[in-house]
Amino acid sequence: MTTTRTGYKWVGTRPVRHDGLDKVTGRARFGADYATAGMLHGVVLRSPHPHAHIVAIDFSDALAVPGVKAIITGADLPDLSDEFGTGSEGGINFRDLSRNILARDKVLYEGHPVAAVAAVTLRIAQQAAEMIEVEYEVLPAVLSMEHAMEDDAPVLHDDLYTLGLDSPPERPSNISRRRVIARGDLDAGWEEADVVVEREYTTKAVHQGYIEPHAVVAETGEDGRSTLWCSSQGHFAMRTYTTKVLGWEPGDMKVIPAEIGGGFGGKTTIYLEPLAALLSRRAGRAVKMVMTRSEVFRATGPTSGSVMRIKMGARRDGKLVAAIAWMAYEAGAFPGSPIGPGVMTVLAPYDIPNVLIEGFDVVLNKPKVAAYRAPGAPMAAFAAESVVDELAEKLGMDPIELRIRNAVTEGVRAVYGPKYRKIGFVETLEEARDHPHYSAPLGPWQGRGVASGYWFNFGGETTATVSINEDGTAVVMSGCPDIGGTRAALAQMAAEELGIDVHRIEPVVADTHSIGYNDMTGGSRVAFAVGIAVVDASRQLIEDMCSRAALIWDVPREEVEWVDGRAQSVTGAAAPLTLEELASGSANTGGPLSATVTVNPRGAGAGFSTQICDVEVDPDTGLVTVLRYTVVQDAGRAIHPDYVEGQMQGGAVQGIGWALNEEYIFDRDGVMENPGFLDYRMPVASDLPMIDTVIVEVPNPDHPYGVRGVGETGIIPPMAAVANAVYAATGKRMQDLPMSPVRVLEALSGD
Amino acid sequence: MSRTHVTCVLNGDPIDFLCNDYQTLLSVLRDELGMIGTKEGCGTGDCGACSVILDGQLVCSCLVFGPEVEGRSIETIEGMADGQHLHPLQESFLEGAAFQCGVCTPGFLVAAKALLDRNPTPTETEVRYGVAGNLCRCTGYDKIVRSILDAASRMSNPQTHKEAT
Repeated sequence: MTTTRTGYKWVGTRPVRHDGLDKVTGRARFGADYATAGMLHGVVLRSPHPHAHIVAIDFSDALAVPGVKAIITGADLPDLSDEFGTGSEGGINFRDLSRNILARDKVLYEGHPVAAVAAVTLRIAQQAAEMIEVEYEVLPAVLSMEHAMEDDAPVLHDDLYTLGLDSPPERPSNISRRRVIARGDLDAGWEEADVVVEREYTTKAVHQGYIEPHAVVAETGEDGRSTLWCSSQGHFAMRTYTTKVLGWEPGDMKVIPAEIGGGFGGKTTIYLEPLAALLSRRAGRAVKMVMTRSEVFRATGPTSGSVMRIKMGARRDGKLVAAIAWMAYEAGAFPGSPIGPGVMTVLAPYDIPNVLIEGFDVVLNKPKVAAYRAPGAPMAAFAAESVVDELAEKLGMDPIELRIRNAVTEGVRAVYGPKYRKIGFVETLEEARDHPHYSAPLGPWQGRGVASGYWFNFGGETTATVSINEDGTAVVMSGCPDIGGTRAALAQMAAEELGIDVHRIEPVVADTHSIGYNDMTGGSRVAFAVGIAVVDASRQLIEDMCSRAALIWDVPREEVEWVDGRAQSVTGAAAPLTLEELASGSANTGGPLSATVTVNPRGAGAGFSTQICDVEVDPDTGLVTVLRYTVVQDAGRAIHPDYVEGQMQGGAVQGIGWALNEEYIFDRDGVMENPGFLDYRMPVASDLPMIDTVIVEVPNPDHPYGVRGVGETGIIPPMAAVANAVYAATGKRMQDLPMSPVRVLEALSGD
Repeated sequence: MSRTHVTCVLNGDPIDFLCNDYQTLLSVLRDELGMIGTKEGCGTGDCGACSVILDGQLVCSCLVFGPEVEGRSIETIEGMADGQHLHPLQESFLEGAAFQCGVCTPGFLVAAKALLDRNPTPTETEVRYGVAGNLCRCTGYDKIVRSILDAASRMSNPQTHKEAT
């Protein structure tokens, strides 16, 4: 546990969160908890083949089943041309989005939606869906990156030509894009290097694994206006995306955010929303759709599997002088893996003069990937941080010391372009080095690994409103779903500004018709960007209230100051006016007390984390057990340290799962073999130790309290930290994830 | 289709309901009785979000059919607080920040209660195995385990706790 030093009254404290009571009593309403009278139930018919032409769909028998009210297929959605939308997790191509919602002429992965049915009961809808006859012409499937990138591989999209090649391609390909970052003179770099390590790494597709499946209720009125209740990371984006896919007007749709049962990036896009909305319009009734867990695995998420080759050289004094990274990421059925952030982050923690990074976005017959916590960075860090560890060993240098010697600092130019502003990477390394964990004794078959990670963080478009009630309580309204305690953090910042008790503030997540636009809850942006808007709105209110006090006292504005939640006369000429007094009398001083601020802030402070992992390896079974784990991370300023620690712990444990157990497994025909929590093995409580945390606070100068995003960075270092620990325990470098018992046994028997 | 009439005890109250034979207890709670606190995360008994206590035994309500609860007693998250007084586990989860998104929380609370009902002073390891059937993807379990241990200590030393706060 961490104690945070602050001179503040509320910032840096650990109040009970405002939405907590609803969540410990079962009253909180998540996506699947909404219902309306007379609503229908919708289901999706999905492709059993990973790659096939749709020759014909006949749903006449299904539609004739009593109780079936509407059936839709790809023919019911408008065909969109390539058009890119923006969001906090990168661009989205609406044409592909539409074709992922409902397949047109081709299905591109097992589980690809082909039709959707609405009926009076779920059971009838399921039975009707089974009666839909789809004639497929099965095509050879592309299931591995190696296969997908071969010249004569079957092509998923015959209009996909690789972008970013030196000369324009003549033929379509499964490689949608090549990204290159280069600087310096590599030949000179290798010349200077005394030690070089070159390795290849692979990782498998892994799912975000949120516990709440996707769910939506859609209701469409006779006037064409519609309402969606759904769980997402951003209801404004759900509205934009859904209406775009349907060819409807955004202003005609209201989206009401449900509580969100985990997202991790996976709920930044749409799946069921347009289906439910269109079924509702066709049937003239509300329609509810909820995915099964199997559907969640087969047709949402995951993040990319990857193949990466890294070569890095260092001088004897530990200075990294040259690096090459070749990286290919699976995009799934449509272009758009996180290869962009992959190439940008892979070497970002280090100041290396001579660099060539080449990345490829590769489509294949698997579900289209979705954002997953620091998209693209964790697998890149697995490769790069494993190489750094090996270099340290070859140099006979402590791995943290090697990192400190090469760590980027303020003013250093990042490999992808801009100069770093104030950052706390070195501080995380020093805290890790000096932590008792780093020097604790280890037993036989035990080993310790360290690794670091970097993430950009994001600002984004934001609206927030702060209003004062007549009793002096306040409402803080934002439009960003609260996934992990942001209501409390926003209320704390407002409490600090206004000078009132944090529990006299009610933080609200407002729907699309109740507040101005907000980008999604993503990019670790809420405490940063919405925080800025809430602080600005609070300060505007204070200014307003001081002016009103001046009016009441008939003194110049300069003679009024705001202290501890009260307007106070600088000269002591009048008794202070409390928030309650000002609010209850506001009718006489200019009307209600409320301020709305919109911002699109730059300067989301970059996040760094360094993590220490101890493992024990069972040589008989290959089982790797994490014995002790410490996460050190720069939060800029921890507004609510409990939830900052929670982000660090949760990110680390997702990374541990990625390292040790989690993977999409497909059979020879391209059908996912483990679409359930029994066989897709996420960490459970008995797999883990406590996750120690050290919050480093190097304040971000671009936020009034110094906040930098903390949600994502924590998931970046774990895979390399675990792999480096397994090496220390066994002498085996694990280059392929997950490090499941069978893989570890194979490595151990390779002697 | 004829439905089965079932009589049982829910959170201490005698109730009855009609359900289809294929309907799970989870579906009965949520869809027939409007008790939405019990969540569905997987429908296959692997995530524990739908945990309830059935005649003193922790079960996944997605693996129990509605008609099976005839004459039996069910405890759900909605019955955990005593009127206006939260259960010590609910208090410790709130104060210990033992959840982020909160969707797994009802299942964890019910599973933790089942653990403390039979073992009021568990070790950390016993707590970890006691809730090993419940998945949480947000917290990494650290604050959940600490909060359960904290609640156990509050419940076995109520006086000490009162003085401490």
